[in-house]
Amino acid sequence: MPAITREEVAHLALLSRLDLSEDELAHYAEQLDVILGSVARVSEAVQQLGQGQDIPPTSHALPLVNVTRPDVEQPCLDPADVLSQAPAAQDQRFRVPRILGED
Amino acid sequence: MSTSTVNLPSYEDALATYDPVMGLEVHVELGTVTKMFCGCPTAFGADPNTQTCPTCLGLPGALPVVNTKAIESAIRIGLALNCEIAEWCRFARKNYFYPDMPKNFQTSQYDEPIAFNGYLDIEAAGKTWRIEIERAHMEEDTGKSTHVGGATGRIHGAEYSLVDYNRAGIPLIEIVTKPITGTGEHAPEVARAYVAELRELIKALGVSEARMELGQMRCDANVSLRPIGREKFGTRSETKNVNSLRSVERAVTFEIRRHAAVLNAGDTVIQETRHFHENDGTTSPGRVKEEAEDYRYFPEPDLVPVAPARTWVDELRGTLPELPSVRRNRLQAEWGATDHDMQSIQNAGAVDLIVQTVSLGAPADQARKWWMGELARHANEQEAELGDLAITPAQVAELVTLTTAGTLNDKLARQVIVGVLAGEGSPKQVVAARGLAVVSDDGALLAAIDEAIAKFPDAADKVRGGNQGPAGQLIGAVMKTTRGQADAARVRELLLERLSG
Ligand SMILES: [Zn+2]
Repeated sequence: MPAITREEVAHLALLSRLDLSEDELAHYAEQLDVILGSVARVSEAVQQLGQGQDIPPTSHALPLVNVTRPDVEQPCLDPADVLSQAPAAQDQRFRVPRILGED
Repeated sequence: MSTSTVNLPSYEDALATYDPVMGLEVHVELGTVTKMFCGCPTAFGADPNTQTCPTCLGLPGALPVVNTKAIESAIRIGLALNCEIAEWCRFARKNYFYPDMPKNFQTSQYDEPIAFNGYLDIEAAGKTWRIEIERAHMEEDTGKSTHVGGATGRIHGAEYSLVDYNRAGIPLIEIVTKPITGTGEHAPEVARAYVAELRELIKALGVSEARMELGQMRCDANVSLRPIGREKFGTRSETKNVNSLRSVERAVTFEIRRHAAVLNAGDTVIQETRHFHENDGTTSPGRVKEEAEDYRYFPEPDLVPVAPARTWVDELRGTLPELPSVRRNRLQAEWGATDHDMQSIQNAGAVDLIVQTVSLGAPADQARKWWMGELARHANEQEAELGDLAITPAQVAELVTLTTAGTLNDKLARQVIVGVLAGEGSPKQVVAARGLAVVSDDGALLAAIDEAIAKFPDAADKVRGGNQGPAGQLIGAVMKTTRGQADAARVRELLLERLSG
């Protein structure tokens, strides 16, 4: 049984706003299945290393905590620069297409 | 399309069959100088897109760094809500696409909130309710979209949207209650009182001005109904971004009636988000609620964990101010108010207004009388909060000074209030401009008294003969001549003097 179904890939594609063809869905489902299979093998290895003890997943490569900054203002970008990368702008705001089917 | 109230059961009928369960999620914008993850300022009302940088615009390669002050505020809120403070917690990405969120994810916290398992005691309907707090977590606000085109200015029918990212990245604390049960018919009142108490608390902590009309504090109200006596919760709806205390109460009331109608008809309530409409107090459906896993939360790789030292947490505990409920008890004693009075004052949002008025020299009973009487009536009439009325504590204190000095009687003072609320200036200016001062010139009063005696000689004779009954008729005539601007007690005094001599 595959680790990820084609339906799940279609659902993820929708959430990610990716317009995938039927062929692409099949293709990525196959590739993702291989990737998930490999990750599962890593998990197995970790379990063996832990000798039955639970090893928490690593979320950060650095053993750091509390990297913060003081609440002090820094210079902002010039709005002209901010909008220079926008496909469309109006009234110093980003102009975006209307959003369909959502509210 | 919003559901009309026409075909809904009455609130009382709904509560006769069903038991409401609520869950309240309140977002508070912190009053930090800079944003959550970058040094952009947070000042309200700046020109669009002038308070942005690569981080809050989500430009590639930009890295976030957490604002210390925001963490400090979050911990202080957590402590004030009697929460445990996490020894170690992370931020997470909440993934979804929306133009007001340039990164395509919101940096939030998922299963590791900074504060959890607390409570807030509130007063409503004459008793104390303990509202259990599930969690308080840190996240960031989104940008602001303006929908252009279309008839209503709402998103439906809009041709395009304009986005300003000044607000994107402003620190938010989301405070989530556990399911609130057992409130029965008092549910809407409890919801309102909880948000009111939370707002007081936030203000007392000084972490935000919590002005709901500016969106600095907004409430998502989850409501579900279950048949009375049943354990299992019903399906909930979530009414989003309710932004006044009055609206919280109205939204919950409406949803109780709407759910009851759905259930009475044998239908199932749909789990969805809804929008509240201030104009008619109804709600209408928004998007169908996405499942939590659809947000594909995962730990934010660009931010290392937050691990507040216990010594720091203890230090912050020491900075907690007198909490609003403690302060209220103190004020109640100082003012000699009953529990019921105090509850009304709190519900009306009048505590601070009265405190300020008293600090400007007005006696407490007078300050209370005007705010909770005539001004509350005006607020009610305008469907506004007391604090939003166009009158300041200083002006109320001035009004009290004028009444105590005898320049105004209560009737005239009420007219002065109308003038102040209409923007005619301070009470003194209104008195001068409208010529409202009490006629205290005995000469003018005596002239009016003589006129009254001449007009009602029979009444005057009776009073002369020792029967004071008809005096009222004469005093009434004097008050009429002076258009209510006479001091009735002084008129009686002068009248009796005149008729006894
Ligand atoms: Zn920024």
